[in-house]
Amino acid sequence: MQEWASQLCENRQFGSKMTDSKYFTTTKKGEIFELKAELNSDKKEKKKEAVKKVIASMTVGKDVSALFPDVVNCMQTDNLELKKLVYLYLMNYAKSQPDMAIMAVNTFVKDCEDPNPLIRALAVRTMGCIRVDKITEYLCEPLRKCLKDEDPYVRKTAAVCVAKLHDINAQLVEDQGFLDTLKDLISDSNPMVVANAVAALSEIAESHPNSNLLDLNPQTINKLLTALNECTEWGQIFILDCLANYTPRDDRESQSICERVTPRLSHANSAVVLSAVKVLMKFMEMLPKDLDYYGTLLKKLAPPLVTLLSAEPELQYVALRNINLIVQRRPEILKHEMKVFFVKYNDPIYVKLEKLDIMIRLASQANIAQVLAELKEYATEVDVDFVRKAVRAIGRCAIKVEQSAERCVSTLLDLIQTKVNYVVQEAIVVIKDIFRKYPNKYESVIATLCENLDSLDEPEARAAMIWIVGEYAERIDNADELLESFLEGFHDESTQVQLQLLTAIVKLFLKKPTETQELVQQVLSLATQDSDNPDLRDRGYIYWRLLSTDPVAAKEVVLAEKPLISEETDLIEPTLLEELICHIGTLASVYHKPPSAFVEGSRGVQHKRLPGSAGSGESVESPDTGSAAGVSDAPPAVIPSQGDLLGDLLNLDLTPPATTGPPPPATSGMQLGAMDLLGGGLDSLLGGDLGGSSAMGAGFGAPPAAPAASFSAPVSGGLDDLFDLGGGVGMPMGTYSPPKTVWLPAMKGKGLEISGTFARRAGVIQMEMTLTNKAMSVMTDFAIQFNRNSFGLAPAGPLQVLTPLSPNQSIEVTLPLNTVGPVMKMDPLNNLQVAVKNNIDVFYFSCQYPISMLFVEDGKMERQVFLATWKDISNDNEAQFQIKDCHLSSDAASNKLQGSNIFTIAKRTVDGQDMLYQSTKLSNGIWVLAELRVQTGNPTFTVSLAQQTVWSNHCSDCAANY
Amino acid sequence: MINSLFLISHSGDIFLEKHWKSVISRSVCDYFLEAKEKAGDPENVAPVLQTPHHYLISIYRGKLFFLSVTQTEVPPLFVIEFLHRVADTFQDYFGDCSEVVIKENTVTVYELLEEMLDNGFPLATESNVLKEMIRPPTILRSVVNTLTGGSNVGGTLPTGQLSNVPWRRAGVKYTNNEAYFDVIEEIDAILDKSGTTVFAEIQGVVEACVKLTGMPDLTLSFMNPRLLDDVSFHPCVRFKRWESERVLSFIPPDGNFRLMSYHVSSQNLVAIPVYVKQNISFLETGSCGRLDITIGPKQTMGKSVENLTVTIPMPKSVLSVNLTATQGTYTFDLTTKVVLWDVGKLNPQKLPNLRGSISIQTGSPKPEENPSINIGLQIQQLAISAGLKVSRLDMYGEKYKPFKGVKYVTKAGKFQVRT
Repeated sequence: MQEWASQLCENRQFGSKMTDSKYFTTTKKGEIFELKAELNSDKKEKKKEAVKKVIASMTVGKDVSALFPDVVNCMQTDNLELKKLVYLYLMNYAKSQPDMAIMAVNTFVKDCEDPNPLIRALAVRTMGCIRVDKITEYLCEPLRKCLKDEDPYVRKTAAVCVAKLHDINAQLVEDQGFLDTLKDLISDSNPMVVANAVAALSEIAESHPNSNLLDLNPQTINKLLTALNECTEWGQIFILDCLANYTPRDDRESQSICERVTPRLSHANSAVVLSAVKVLMKFMEMLPKDLDYYGTLLKKLAPPLVTLLSAEPELQYVALRNINLIVQRRPEILKHEMKVFFVKYNDPIYVKLEKLDIMIRLASQANIAQVLAELKEYATEVDVDFVRKAVRAIGRCAIKVEQSAERCVSTLLDLIQTKVNYVVQEAIVVIKDIFRKYPNKYESVIATLCENLDSLDEPEARAAMIWIVGEYAERIDNADELLESFLEGFHDESTQVQLQLLTAIVKLFLKKPTETQELVQQVLSLATQDSDNPDLRDRGYIYWRLLSTDPVAAKEVVLAEKPLISEETDLIEPTLLEELICHIGTLASVYHKPPSAFVEGSRGVQHKRLPGSAGSGESVESPDTGSAAGVSDAPPAVIPSQGDLLGDLLNLDLTPPATTGPPPPATSGMQLGAMDLLGGGLDSLLGGDLGGSSAMGAGFGAPPAAPAASFSAPVSGGLDDLFDLGGGVGMPMGTYSPPKTVWLPAMKGKGLEISGTFARRAGVIQMEMTLTNKAMSVMTDFAIQFNRNSFGLAPAGPLQVLTPLSPNQSIEVTLPLNTVGPVMKMDPLNNLQVAVKNNIDVFYFSCQYPISMLFVEDGKMERQVFLATWKDISNDNEAQFQIKDCHLSSDAASNKLQGSNIFTIAKRTVDGQDMLYQSTKLSNGIWVLAELRVQTGNPTFTVSLAQQTVWSNHCSDCAANY
Repeated sequence: MINSLFLISHSGDIFLEKHWKSVISRSVCDYFLEAKEKAGDPENVAPVLQTPHHYLISIYRGKLFFLSVTQTEVPPLFVIEFLHRVADTFQDYFGDCSEVVIKENTVTVYELLEEMLDNGFPLATESNVLKEMIRPPTILRSVVNTLTGGSNVGGTLPTGQLSNVPWRRAGVKYTNNEAYFDVIEEIDAILDKSGTTVFAEIQGVVEACVKLTGMPDLTLSFMNPRLLDDVSFHPCVRFKRWESERVLSFIPPDGNFRLMSYHVSSQNLVAIPVYVKQNISFLETGSCGRLDITIGPKQTMGKSVENLTVTIPMPKSVLSVNLTATQGTYTFDLTTKVVLWDVGKLNPQKLPNLRGSISIQTGSPKPEENPSINIGLQIQQLAISAGLKVSRLDMYGEKYKPFKGVKYVTKAGKFQVRT
């Protein structure tokens, strides 16, 4: 008993000494020296302890490289632990002492012949880790032997060694034929060797994307699938990731692979599960949807995904990022599993945010009540970011699930009542979006919103509130007071708020002109005169001019009906989604970016694509791929960009999509087109003979310099010109050409003033310019160039200014144009950016050409064709508006229009109304059809336009001005 | 694949680094430390970070960050799983996974890490195999080694490494052959203010402790295996037989291991063992609030609820609490603002109650958030998923008769009540 006690005592003594921390306690004086002495000691045990001390210093980053020869001397030992320790040291310092490292080579080579497979493997493994070129030469022979070793443990270690060697010297590996040996190992009898060979090959292949190292064919796939069942969990990951790169020949092969991979879904290792999910998600694409197995597979995918969410938070995070992709691709898999995404109080914030995102994606009519109750709960949590996102999520639900909108609004109102500042602000921002989606439905809540006006301090919330006040000014009694209160600190506001305020006050003025005149003048002068911001100034000018010239038109523009906002603005673009699905479980799937966007170096990363479905009747894949195809069919230039001219003008603030989703096709495209039509139309309508048409658009960036005063000048639109009775009726006289306007004021052109216009004469488009030299010196060497534009306009010849232009001299130049230049959609469509060069400088200006000059002479359609085409065109592509104050008879109008290549195909008279059916063709081959209704004695013409593409809407509109 | 590993203490001190390929400067950790600074709470550091040249994938375990650095596209789950395996191994070897313990055992740690990963590919992660290669430090072995000059490193190739059962070593011998299974079920639940279940599911595991001689082949069958539709198995389980016969057939690893885990989803009806009547309110104006909590048994299937604890993280503006517990004791941590009430065994005749006042910093507004109440509890001899029962265990391949036993226990997992 006593003996036992004393032993325990001793043990404790040992215990305190036995920890590795003792290796750190050396005397400060001559630490290295002391170690050196110990390393060279005769006593084995002392040697080992010394090496341990060296290693301990190494682990904390101390430099013990000075001991290199002494440590290497300890290598020749039969004590495996000592040997391993020395190897550890070698790996770390060989690079800094390459010459000395050679000393170790002999031992390595000898160890590779050792009868103990553990030692053979250890030697070849360590040698591969020594990143010294000289050593690699000696490594080749032992490695070759080890790759063919009888012991699988050695073979699998050697397989990895090939990858190491490739990293150090790729050429050497290729020259020595190691790659082929490695490929042979895929057929090895031992599954672990197969797995390591696959891992090594995959790593090597990553740096040679086109090397076709992993040549997958049905035979190798079969071998991999066999090895899959028997190798370690890590090996399974390598094999599954490799399988995912294979493209099965047909749906039957696809199914058989799926069947053999499915058991992996029950693996305890989450990485195995997710890699299996990747393979299944990819190969599923090839299965016919009516196959029973397809349904079975879908059902099998849900439980493992749910299980991943009960793992550690880090695993959950990666799983959630991937689930986010999966629910976008195949929402049916998890549609009943909403509850597992409910946020728990102690989830880390990164998990909470991801769960929230998925909850919204899964929200549907069936579960919206639950979701809303949850979201409301989250809005009272501690973390501000999370609370904000939760409030925003309520708004997204309202927009996504129409039936829930009312509930969402009342939930948001409840939240506003809490008076928690950031909650209120966030709620107001989303309510604005709800108004945009469901106009004239929930305006009763405005009063409540207004109560919180004072507490808003974030720009986004202020802007949203101002938008609401402006939009519903007629329902808010004190709208003018509210807006005025914002105006006081106008210059301190952010641009977002300033722009919004400007628009809101203009809206207010148009709705209640009598009492708000002063206010609107105040804001216009603040925006145009006291601001340095070009966007703000542009918008100020355009409103000013609109208001001063034609308040009716202003009303039509500013108070136009806005397009509804789309439901899902945050979906990942379908082609990207497809690629990401192929990368499930990888870093790409966590970042939601394709590997090419972040993987280092210029290694050409191949874009992966999901395989197409094999079933014959399966051409329609899923709605999202369908729309993707639709988008890619149309030339990109035709798609109206989301930040369209009028959208911007009216400050619709669509809360632009975070991802680059395709613009919603058909309907909203049409709406945007229609918007554009109005905007563009008004431009040319009003701006026909006003100076500096570049001042027009808020849509393009050039800051206008036109003096504000000119806006109040009397305007006579191009319309009046055209229908002016002055012209001889029935006399074909060439197309209408607007009067010249100043394109480049002398102030901006360093004395060069350019005014000009466009005309179509004898089928040739001409640019007619007057160049005036208002400077003191002579100008020479004129040249001209166009930027790419909507119709491919380009100069057909050089600019003919042959004589130098003396001061105060003017010259008329006519530049013939063709339409074969490069095409790019401009905004507005008929915008043309021009560069003119002379001996002084290069000057840039933009101007707008009348669309009518693009109407070609053979624009007369056959009657039958016209009839058929007219019927074909859907109502969506029709637009109708009126031309006022036009005192022409229908015949006269017809003749006049013919001069502009708008041809009357037919005419009929119904109830005293003349209906003219007309056609015209644009230089790029687009037909525009029109119906012109003229009531005798009524100066107002009604024009209905129809065309096959949305885009030409705009052009036709311009045409209608004539 | 995994290039380097850094171990970082929760205070941001890098105390160990290991590189499996070329050496990466530890300055790469600065990106991580920056993110950690920004996150505030160490638990909120995002596990996957991107830097200009590297990807940082990390886990947080035992107040330590395990930070791995990779340079190429890798499956992040693979890395995270591996890091957890490293932490498990440390736990297994040193009984703890903390900075102190790791510093005390740096050399063993280094040897282990070298054995677990080769060129970034996992090499040996099974505890059985590792223990044959590097023996865990025990006091006795240290003594023996010091006296005899023996070594901590195994000299022969671990037998399990390449066989079809890498998780088991050959030549296992016991005098007492025993196989015990613990069926542990954890209830994850969210209850709302009124006590209605918002969400509830059960995470079940079957933990095994098998000490059997030789190469036993076991078959475990259940009374009602149909309950289990979402399961993950230890690699030793033969999946085919599970699919066809719904029995677990396996050659077990030696010692402790998790045989399987299962999941009873929220779509099934999950029994909630206790109810909580609570009222936590803060006065609109004054600087105080009230707290009143009573807990009672609900669906306990006739078993008693033990080890009942209640944890309430209070809003930051709470200064102190003055409460009275009818049973057990409570503490209030001034720095974390957490009220912890250790109730003990739930007595259905006399329900435990905790009530009293909460004082708030003067001048601070009424707290905006509602604290949530987290419940901990244990019920012995009950699998709450309504009766997952082991019916029998058969052994083939060996002749002796082992001792067998099954235990059931139900625990509260993430069980929270909203207020």
